[in-house]
Amino acid sequence: MSGALNQTPLHAWHAAHGGRMVDFAGWSMPVQYGSIIDEHQATRTAVGLFDVSHMGRLRIDGPGGAALLDRLLTRKVTGLGPGKIRYSLVCKEDGGILDDVLVYHLRQPQDALYHQLVVNASNREKIVNWFRSQMRADDEATLTDQTVETAMIAVQGPSALRLLEPLVGADLGGLAYYSGAETSICGHRGIVSRTGYTGEDGCELIVPAAAAVDVWTRVLETGKDQGARAVGLAARDTLRLEAAMPLYGHELNECIDPLTADLACAVNFSGRDFVGREALLVIQAKPGRPRRVGLELVGRRIPREHYPIVVGGEKIGEVTSGTFSPTLQKSIAMAYVQPQFAEVGTEVAVDIRGAMEPAHVVKLPFYHSRAK
Amino acid sequence: MKPTELLYAETHEWVAVSTEGGRKVGTIGITAFAIEQLTDLVHMVLPKVGTKVGAGKEFGEVESVKAVSSLYSPVSGEIVAVNDQLPGRLEKLGDDPYNSGWMIKVALSDEADLNKLMDHAAYQKQCASE
Repeated sequence: MSGALNQTPLHAWHAAHGGRMVDFAGWSMPVQYGSIIDEHQATRTAVGLFDVSHMGRLRIDGPGGAALLDRLLTRKVTGLGPGKIRYSLVCKEDGGILDDVLVYHLRQPQDALYHQLVVNASNREKIVNWFRSQMRADDEATLTDQTVETAMIAVQGPSALRLLEPLVGADLGGLAYYSGAETSICGHRGIVSRTGYTGEDGCELIVPAAAAVDVWTRVLETGKDQGARAVGLAARDTLRLEAAMPLYGHELNECIDPLTADLACAVNFSGRDFVGREALLVIQAKPGRPRRVGLELVGRRIPREHYPIVVGGEKIGEVTSGTFSPTLQKSIAMAYVQPQFAEVGTEVAVDIRGAMEPAHVVKLPFYHSRAK
Repeated sequence: MKPTELLYAETHEWVAVSTEGGRKVGTIGITAFAIEQLTDLVHMVLPKVGTKVGAGKEFGEVESVKAVSSLYSPVSGEIVAVNDQLPGRLEKLGDDPYNSGWMIKVALSDEADLNKLMDHAAYQKQCASE
């Protein structure tokens, strides 16, 4: 293995606690500590802790920050109230997706407002370079990559808010879904947000790198009786797939546009301009685009990425992510298919290493949390 | 069967050799180490009795949440028995990989295949380095 892998501030903790470490987007990350299914279920029924420090955290300061983001994101940032968070996309001129991001609008203790982007680990350098190349001298905005100085911990599951309540300065019950605040976290200054990538209720915490182990161990310790446990990237993937959340590099890439990806809700065309707008308007008017669908299989074999979807001997699409769903106890997948095969109930087959395994199109998401 | 009395392939299959009806038969499964590495098994495909296998050639596959892995026969010969119970009780495979976790029995066509396999000590060494 290459010695050049990035390590999160929790790396030693993972290694000491049975974390099976793998190279993920240039970072040495725990894929699992034990059973993926147990970690998955713990998150659905109690609390899972995820080290997501590998994700990029980019801070945008200055009076021109909102205008810069307005130009580069598919949704409008101007008007996003302090404490609010928005899911958005960064597109190229041709409408291809460079990344999917969360934009935080936050207020510092001294009352200054700033924006923060959380970007995919695999796209961090690309997005930093893209933003720098798109920034103009008169933008009145600065971009700082704070990924290394900070750590990010996702606390997800039905007991997550109750667990965090005594550890966090902010009133979590009063924090709406997709909002966040600068506050104290286990006595450290940090950001708590009501966000996550598992389909469960919960929070994500951003703290100084030096505080990461303290926060992580205290949250785990406090939540021990509620069944809190560390969860690796493998269960993060099965959880997000059940929740039908797209993953960059699988459902999303530079050759897929937000409309095809079924993310029209993350594109705001009206009364504004942004990179990719013209191309997306053309795509929007174009009939016959492939569609992102959910598939449920009859058998237990798992449809993996790139496996063909077949109807009547013809390939009509391709799997982008597949897994065995611990919640449904069924093999499931997300896939892109030709639009005439996208209706719920459509019978298709997945070519699993030469065998045509029957499957049908189902409504997304596969799993809906009761809370939130 | 005791792990110390088995032979092992680099690809983590074990073989127990016995004499049945005057011919040498290898009983084949996968090791506890392999099962531990795979974790969360969800599906297994085993061949039919009568199928011919070659040493180092695929005879089936086992699928975990994370990945699909091929099962390789450590020996050449004809499959004379298949553990049809196993695919329906994969979650129990980890408890007893060397006995009720057996997968196939192969009537050996070339006993020299056995010379290429590892003993328990050599296999342990391999696992430690992985």
